[in-house]
Amino acid sequence: MAGWAIAVHGGAGVDPNLPAERQEQAKQLLTRVLNLGIDALRSSVSAIDVVELVVRELESDPFFNSGRGSALTENGTVEMEASIMDGMGRRCGAVSGLTTVKNPVSLARLVMDKSPHSYLAFSGAEKFAKQMGVEMVDNEYFITQDNVEMLKQAKEADSIVFDYRIPTVGYETCGTGVQSPIHMNGLPISIYAPETVGCVVVDSQGRCAAATSTGGLLNKRMGRIGDSPLIGAGTYACDICAVSCTGEGEAIIRGTLAREVGAVMEYKGLGLQDAVDFVIKERLDEGKAGLIAVSKTGEVSYGFNCVGMFRGCATQNGFMEVGIWD
Amino acid sequence: MVGWAIAVHGGAGVDPNLPTERQEQAKQLLTRCLNLGISALRSSASAIDVVELVVRELETDPIFNSGRGSALTEKGTVEMEASIMDGVGRRCGAVSGLSTVKNPVSLARLVMDKSPHSYLAFSGAEDFAKQMGVEREENDYFVTEDNVGMLKVAKEANSIVFDYRIPTTGYESCGAGVESPIRMNGLPISVYAPETVGCVVVDSQGRCAAATSTGGLMNKRIGRIGDSPLIGAGTYACDVCGVSCTGEGEAIIRGTLAREVAAVMEYKGLALQEAVDFVIKERLDEGQAGLIAVSKTGEVAYGFNCVGMFRGCATEDGFMEVGIWE
Repeated sequence: MAGWAIAVHGGAGVDPNLPAERQEQAKQLLTRVLNLGIDALRSSVSAIDVVELVVRELESDPFFNSGRGSALTENGTVEMEASIMDGMGRRCGAVSGLTTVKNPVSLARLVMDKSPHSYLAFSGAEKFAKQMGVEMVDNEYFITQDNVEMLKQAKEADSIVFDYRIPTVGYETCGTGVQSPIHMNGLPISIYAPETVGCVVVDSQGRCAAATSTGGLLNKRMGRIGDSPLIGAGTYACDICAVSCTGEGEAIIRGTLAREVGAVMEYKGLGLQDAVDFVIKERLDEGKAGLIAVSKTGEVSYGFNCVGMFRGCATQNGFMEVGIWD
Repeated sequence: MVGWAIAVHGGAGVDPNLPTERQEQAKQLLTRCLNLGISALRSSASAIDVVELVVRELETDPIFNSGRGSALTEKGTVEMEASIMDGVGRRCGAVSGLSTVKNPVSLARLVMDKSPHSYLAFSGAEDFAKQMGVEREENDYFVTEDNVGMLKVAKEANSIVFDYRIPTTGYESCGAGVESPIRMNGLPISVYAPETVGCVVVDSQGRCAAATSTGGLMNKRIGRIGDSPLIGAGTYACDVCGVSCTGEGEAIIRGTLAREVAAVMEYKGLALQEAVDFVIKERLDEGQAGLIAVSKTGEVAYGFNCVGMFRGCATEDGFMEVGIWE
């Protein structure tokens, strides 16, 4: 048996001007959740349980864009989505459009374990949550002052950007006082902050699992679904690997990014790092994204084609690393 | 340049005891839709336009499970979903949870062409539909007598089946009056009738496209999303092929079925028919499903591992075939 391995992420696409204090906070959070996962793995907890508990922790912390601290919709509310996949049997569960469920990843787990379906959304998902008795809170619980501010700026930026696909120079009036030539999904990177979270694990039995959770795109239309709840796009796990992605949702969906890593390993015989590099290079076209991955043989790797990705990795032989930049 | 090719389907998993009259009706509908597509292709319509117009026709006809004639939710209402993908640039659009949109596939097309998102669902999708001014109807427009009857039978079957995954002998009391040992998604095949519809096309310029549309699973929970709107699962198109799947949604999602056909062509160098056979054989485990596919070189193929799939295919050199069984 090769050892266990774990990776976590807090989003790909980071403002190069992010204040040092925020960078420190991010790294501390990543370190803390990594250690949570490591403790569980040392106690022989299974991969599927570890990814769920780590993502729950990321959702409960307001820092990144999931659970509490989720990006706000155009209406100033929160609509969360998540998916989870167990490499054993490729079982999966996903949820979208959650407004009162404290931990979306846990509801996705219940969809997988306790329902005959794979994916529940909006009021049907909320109803299932009530039936399952999961912890539920008012929508306000998820909203942070930071994100209320971000939404305001995003709306100002949008009133200038007519077609989001065309980069503009309008962002100077955003009011953040930060110059940035980088855009993702049509917004300046100082505002966009994708910060979807995810975790991938291979346990000491060689079982792989992955989970991804997000509030989605800042200022999104009500009802907009991104890549995070889509199996094969934002999340994937099978007997040889587990993957969680983050970045421009549309690019991840078109590129079926998470499945792709497993596919090139199986069909082209690539090793994990080669597979990750291949997928980031070949499957993203003009899209910007990143991903973390583990293999059943205890390897961990990540890749991204944008500026920065909040991530952390650790393996059983003592390796541990938390980072943001290249 | 090789010629154009087109395939349509009306669902995989057919009751072997389906009355001859219904089999005839199905074949006539498939023939009519195929001819619609063929005429358009002969007039040099592009693949993406052809798949949309053919699926619109299938949605409008009450026979299969899409648009009018959709399977009913547990509440007796209709929640429709669809996705469409253009091999050129791998652009895509998807919708779920529609209750008033006459042609879901056309709304999916608008999501792709006229919104910065890839996937809209439930009330957000309905709002977008209003803004786009698409044709809308009251929910009863979509509900047919047949399906009201089917829902009743499904509920009776369910009251016996405690865990849908365990085959039981309870179905004799279904009241369908038809003996059938075949079950899909926990329901006897005489009741289940997946009948999702889809179309794949490669036009005379070698461009591929695919679209899939459905009312989803009979007696489904409100909010349940299946494989049909999920890019890479129910629908996929890229520069080498176009694929549309149907059958047990959960199995199609876990198997990322539509993407898989293209992946084995790209990464294993398999030709279209081999790729289809490989995917049906290797990616479905105990799941039951089928798919149709075309390649950029003008080939058409289909495969299924269950009893029957309503399908039709045609190629520019005059080949045309409509069928249900092996």
